[in-house]
Amino acid sequence: MHPKRKKRLYLIVLMVAGIGIGIGLALNAFNDNLMFFYSPSEVVAGEAPAGHPIRVGGLVTTGSVKRQENGLTVRFDVTDNAESVTVEYTGILPDLFREGQGIVARGKLDTDGVFVAEEVLAKHDENYMPPEVADSLKTAHQEGVGGTTQGDTTQ
Amino acid sequence: MISRFFHQLGSPRYFYRFSGRLIPWLAVPCAVLMLAGLYQGLVVAPPDYQQGESYRIMFVHVPSAWMSLFIYIVMAAAGAIALIWHMKLAEVIAISSAHIGASFTFLALITGSIWGKPMWGTWWVWDARLTSELILLFLYLGVIALHNAIDDKRTAARATAILSIVGVVNIPIIHYSVEWWNTLHQGPTVTKFDAPSIDIRMLIPLLLMAVAFKLYYAVVVLMRARCELLERERNTQWVTELVESK
Repeated sequence: MHPKRKKRLYLIVLMVAGIGIGIGLALNAFNDNLMFFYSPSEVVAGEAPAGHPIRVGGLVTTGSVKRQENGLTVRFDVTDNAESVTVEYTGILPDLFREGQGIVARGKLDTDGVFVAEEVLAKHDENYMPPEVADSLKTAHQEGVGGTTQGDTTQ
Repeated sequence: MISRFFHQLGSPRYFYRFSGRLIPWLAVPCAVLMLAGLYQGLVVAPPDYQQGESYRIMFVHVPSAWMSLFIYIVMAAAGAIALIWHMKLAEVIAISSAHIGASFTFLALITGSIWGKPMWGTWWVWDARLTSELILLFLYLGVIALHNAIDDKRTAARATAILSIVGVVNIPIIHYSVEWWNTLHQGPTVTKFDAPSIDIRMLIPLLLMAVAFKLYYAVVVLMRARCELLERERNTQWVTELVESK
């Protein structure tokens, strides 16, 4: 290669590498701020700021969804299979909301450790399959190992 | 032999003739694959166990998002070639790609938003995946704006090449954002090292659409590049001959 072109090539490689390292360090420094939500373990460990609006994400514990008298307020537990946080929410839940489903709630922790949500978003996983396959997977799980129900993704 | 072919392809006159003959050979398979993909995706593929019918927007959303990344890489690579070898054709390919890339990015953001409202319960969240994809759109728009702001096309090409190469660092950030950080957007389904976690009857239309979108890009970028070449080379002999012969 012509020495002049070689020089330009090195210059470009150097530029991309330099910017890459710079951005990498910056993102690393902002790592906590780039997290969209806290996990229940982090909330229980006290890593989430209390009294500030935060987001908590995890799976809705099976059997924990309870509707209050007025019909609009819902209480449920969100878990990451290690710790869980009780969430209280008044309003309309998204279509995908169900037990065992991943959700992200935005709100504040009150003094009793209950998370009062202003907004609940459903998170869907990266698996796509027809209903009959999901059903057969579910029965196979129950007959076989037992224990884990559907939505056994930890993300 | 091969290097001679590429050398010839680099000459605007030869490229103009060659691409003119190539376009129909790309356009026809593109139309066939897109129709097949849409039919497979909208009619044949079964509904999803959680999302029902609404997951079908995936067959436009996912290929668009892939294209937005792919075209950016092509644009930056063409920009690097233009900077290093001062190759005219690479400059033309780079700027012709920018508009198409911006369109696909916009399409990915819009379809994602339409999908997000019924599934997640929101049109938009500032999570890492959505935000980095929005930055990609701004990068494309920046490239187009910078190119239009400079009158001399060769200077413009060099300036936009540098901008697009700088923006390349955003590509891995978009791809890995769902793995590095907690996001509302789910993790990768197909582009991961494990087997794709999607039913084969849904995967086939998705891949058909992805190939159709790639061919669409190839067709449109060649068409745009031909226009751009004619405009740039309007004072040369081969263009004059071409016009007179018509």
